Amino acid sequence: MSAETMDKVETVKMTGVAAINAAIDEAMAADEKVIMLGEDVADREGGGVVGVSRGLSTKYGDLRVRSTPIAEQSIMGAAIGAAMAGYKPIAEIMLMNFTTVAMDMIVNHAAKLRFMSGGQSQVPLVIRTLTGAGNQTAGQHADFYEAWFCHTAGIKVVVPTFPADFKGLYLSAIQDPDPVIIIETGMTLFVPGEVPVNQGPIPLGKANVVVPGSDVTIVSYGSQMYRVMQAMEGLGEAGISAEVIDLRTISPWDKQTVLASAEKTGRLLVVHEAGKNFGPGAEICQTASENLWGKLKAAPMRLGAPYCSVPFAKKLEDAYLIQPADVVAAAKTICGK
Amino acid sequence: MMSDTLTNRATPDAATQLDIYRRMLRIERNDDATQTQIRRGRITAPYYSGRGQECIPAAISNLLNDDDKICTIYRGIHDMVAKDMPLKPLWAEIMGKVDGTCKGKGGPMHLTHPETGVMVTTGVVGSSMPIANGFGWAALLDGSKQVTIAYFGDGASNIGAFHESLNLASVWKLPVIFVCQNNGFAEHTRYENGTSVDYIAKRAIGYGMPGYTVDGNDPVDVWQHAYEAIERARAGEGPTLLECKTFRFCGHLIGDDNKYMDPGELDAAKEKDPLPKYRQKLIDDGVVTEAQLEEMKTAIEAEVQEAIEFGVASEFPPMEELRRDVFAEEIPA
Repeated sequence: MSAETMDKVETVKMTGVAAINAAIDEAMAADEKVIMLGEDVADREGGGVVGVSRGLSTKYGDLRVRSTPIAEQSIMGAAIGAAMAGYKPIAEIMLMNFTTVAMDMIVNHAAKLRFMSGGQSQVPLVIRTLTGAGNQTAGQHADFYEAWFCHTAGIKVVVPTFPADFKGLYLSAIQDPDPVIIIETGMTLFVPGEVPVNQGPIPLGKANVVVPGSDVTIVSYGSQMYRVMQAMEGLGEAGISAEVIDLRTISPWDKQTVLASAEKTGRLLVVHEAGKNFGPGAEICQTASENLWGKLKAAPMRLGAPYCSVPFAKKLEDAYLIQPADVVAAAKTICGK
Repeated sequence: MMSDTLTNRATPDAATQLDIYRRMLRIERNDDATQTQIRRGRITAPYYSGRGQECIPAAISNLLNDDDKICTIYRGIHDMVAKDMPLKPLWAEIMGKVDGTCKGKGGPMHLTHPETGVMVTTGVVGSSMPIANGFGWAALLDGSKQVTIAYFGDGASNIGAFHESLNLASVWKLPVIFVCQNNGFAEHTRYENGTSVDYIAKRAIGYGMPGYTVDGNDPVDVWQHAYEAIERARAGEGPTLLECKTFRFCGHLIGDDNKYMDPGELDAAKEKDPLPKYRQKLIDDGVVTEAQLEEMKTAIEAEVQEAIEFGVASEFPPMEELRRDVFAEEIPA
């Protein structure tokens, strides 16, 4: 939702948490097949680690909104079986690092059962998971593993940034006939934003041009998107007009929008919190090179985390993250300024 | 004590006894034909034979309806045949043909046939169990009396999925029966070298559910324990662990040299082959005549033969299948 169209519709200010809650509530009210499970998701346990599911078990019952043991493999297994039986489960894996203990279920089963069964098995489930550095949670609570899932055929990967996107992307993901993993990040969950009162589904696989510009296309998503937005002032001061694209869905990604923008500006910079090596930025930049070779004014460039674990010490953690100043510096380089 | 004990045993009537035998024979005839076709080069995929383990799924499937579900493993074709999965799409699938139940995209390790309740076949040890729980949860949500059988081997009782699944099934009182076909070997490793207890059924205590060790060579023993477990599940009383002691006659996979077995061990196991023993018992008990059994065998062999011909005649899948079924919507070329 761009700023211009936002003026014309009635909106409410809410956080990402509230937007997800509203989306799931709406989906559960409309479709009794929508169910939810995960650690502490029911109201007795607090309605989720950050309160995303607060009120839902009270409203829809403990059989539809079920708190689970701390056992990610069995959470995912139960979600897969229920999905194959006709339900639309939303499975919470509290933190993205904990998807590692459920990888067999996610990668070998959720993502592949449709293909391996020749289309007989449908696994329409949503995995919700939270991650991101910046809170000194160190090496096992803050990783971005979206590239792993993008590399797995059969699962869609979504990273909403703004509250309206949370609402719309969740509505789409819940009704999607295939598995979708939605990655949530601290900043995106808690920074309030305007959400249209009647915010409907936002299609998966569609990027959003957040800021139009002419000198360089900057692609980002999730909490990193906020740090890109914080760089806008510095970019303006450097005389750089950046077109900022919020990718929203990382796989399958919106090649059309990104390539059209890169062709227009002639320059592409991808910025993500995930590791730079073999990260989504590499895929996007290489796709641009293959498609726009000769039309670009500079080699596509990516910014991502260094090749190390998420560090604990605040000073190291700050350096690990791609800060607004890093974005400005990279844009200057690519623009030859 | 090796396991819980049944207080009351249901008695299978003559029709039930014969139905169990029919399922066993269908598995054995199908397996025999599979091994023949492997030798003839018509099947090139690895084959994990269930020969020797027939009476476990045969007895259990007698108690299941079409809409009851099974989640099984790579050594699972005997489980599917017992569940009355049609043989034509099965054969086309194991030959990698487009008329296969999975259009030739899954193969023998991922056979799927929802119409007969064959929901998931996994190539990953232990992974039938977490998914079976999901079908159990769905049955509770539906308010149905459906049950789900999770088949797995003794090796799978040592993987994390077993622990997580039995715990969750017990806490949620899911209508799932965990059936361990204990054939004595995890790949090539002997049971006692990989498993901490003498009877896997003992582990049920740790999950607050009944656990029975059953003679997997005795169709009636299997049937009686499965009857109890399935009744319990349908009544909303939760899961059961059934350990069925058996032996695999063809090693881990076809071509196995069985060098990890003791000399004479396989021959001794084959002496206990339940198929001829049960056949003789049915005749001796007057359940069925020799002639009726021959007629049954002829019919099954004809069904298998037709299925082989169907598989041979079917085409290989077209290249477009690479783009189909990744998602519901086809991937653009």
